[in-house]
Amino acid sequence: MNAVTVEGLTKRFESVVALDAISLEIAPGELFGFIGPDGAGKTTLFRILVTLIVPDAGRATVLGRDVVADLWELRRRVGYMPGRFSLYPDLSVEENLRFFASVFGATVEKQYDLIAPIYEQLAPFKDRRAGALSGGMKQKLALCCALVHRPEILFLDEPTTGVDAVSRREFWELLDRLEHTGLTIVVSTPYMDEADRCGRVALIQRGRLLGIDTPDRIAASFGRPLFTVRGVERYQLLLAARGYANAATVFPFGDVLHYTDRRDGVAPAQIARELRDYFATSGFPDVTVEETRPTIEDTFMARMGEPERAA
Amino acid sequence: MTAPEREHAIEARELTRRFGTFTAVDHITFDVAAGEVFGFLGANGAGKTTAIRILTGLLAPSAGSARVAGHDVYTESEWIKRRIGYMSQKFSLYEDLTVGENIRLYGGIYDLSREVVRERTTRMLARLDLDASTRVHALPLGWRQKLAFLVALLHEPSIVFLDEPTSGVDPITRRQFWELIYEAAARGTTVFVTTHYMDEAEYCDRISIMVAGRIEALGTPADLRSQFDVASIDELFVRLARPTTGAAG
Repeated sequence: MNAVTVEGLTKRFESVVALDAISLEIAPGELFGFIGPDGAGKTTLFRILVTLIVPDAGRATVLGRDVVADLWELRRRVGYMPGRFSLYPDLSVEENLRFFASVFGATVEKQYDLIAPIYEQLAPFKDRRAGALSGGMKQKLALCCALVHRPEILFLDEPTTGVDAVSRREFWELLDRLEHTGLTIVVSTPYMDEADRCGRVALIQRGRLLGIDTPDRIAASFGRPLFTVRGVERYQLLLAARGYANAATVFPFGDVLHYTDRRDGVAPAQIARELRDYFATSGFPDVTVEETRPTIEDTFMARMGEPERAA
Repeated sequence: MTAPEREHAIEARELTRRFGTFTAVDHITFDVAAGEVFGFLGANGAGKTTAIRILTGLLAPSAGSARVAGHDVYTESEWIKRRIGYMSQKFSLYEDLTVGENIRLYGGIYDLSREVVRERTTRMLARLDLDASTRVHALPLGWRQKLAFLVALLHEPSIVFLDEPTSGVDPITRRQFWELIYEAAARGTTVFVTTHYMDEAEYCDRISIMVAGRIEALGTPADLRSQFDVASIDELFVRLARPTTGAAG
């Protein structure tokens, strides 16, 4: 039995199609990521899966139960951490945790083994008001509260958005530990570099799935030779690369540019050599061009097409 | 005769801000050159927001000195507010107003003449390929952020502060946003930007990394990579902001 089965799921808000006939399956014990920008439909999908809103068409089951018909049973069995901080800011860390435990008829003591690795980091602040915690600590408390009734599947909606790179890394280390307990974890993020932390990912954009696979296979599916272009005066270099007759795409990428060629069937070494020659004759003598392995972000950009304009 | 030294957009010397016994900004010293793209990095709670509030004239420092666009942060904060542009991830435009109404509103706030606003609006809309009558509410986040950036430049400030401008924006639009930054910098505007995307740190001319109120690293991304012997700014950031890695796990 799948942990999650989604078939033709569709949801509209007035004229906006938030989810457009999405289908997918998630196996028990997976750490599964939805990767996509704001407005892709991640939050709508999560809200349907945790029984908070109903779809307009299609169906979804979680733990084998229908998200519309079996909502009362499902609510006891799923854990959900919403994207917006949803704890009581005026209650202390400990009071929040006890409150969420009692809502589900659980006690913090009975469930402590599950939350211990996370709660230990919060313990020094247990009397602090939740509203006065740092961003990273708030996320950890929210995770504890989502776990305290020992759910069989955990939904985390953008737990790392707006959190600094270090706290993000710590949060993923916690998820990694939780995955080893056998818990099914479904997480969403706008940060492409976090995809590698997941067993499988779905790329999502404008309510549609652009692909579902392991991070490695998604990156490899890019399917064209990709080159890094390295040099000083990057902006001038970017403009020059865009002006090259054979350029298909040129994007800034960290400290380099990523380049694809519009020609098919030309050897990568030849593309690189010709591109170097082009730069040399355009006033950029010290440019390095090398073939490189595509990342998830390259694949995402190749598949997303033109960015959306006015709705 | 010696050539006049290039004017600094920002000069901060031992800049400090305390809240009670807590020192949020702890003797930071740095310059930002005119026309530079300066990345101001740090973990949540490292003091970035407090420093930005001082540099934008919203909060007085406790000690030290700073000049922004040539004006003193203690005595000329009202001048600073006129000379700078500012946009944040959280709030930048009025969603219920149209694109054109937002631009006119900001033009009014900065006392620009109707002709100037009209001319700059035309240029801006052509650059973004946007229609003045579109309601901001109907724009996807990435477009809204690109528009907000150009609106923050409407009064042609010498320096613009961008606080996490690309959070949650799709990867192509995020790069288009950075091209707008490069264009502004090429025209001489100084860009002071914060981000949680470490690949964007690499797009800056120079960056600083704040840890617990202090600037622990300052330089070009390439210099910092070689100075700290790391492969990326991401790696450097983690090392500086979490020095206990490996010890505490």
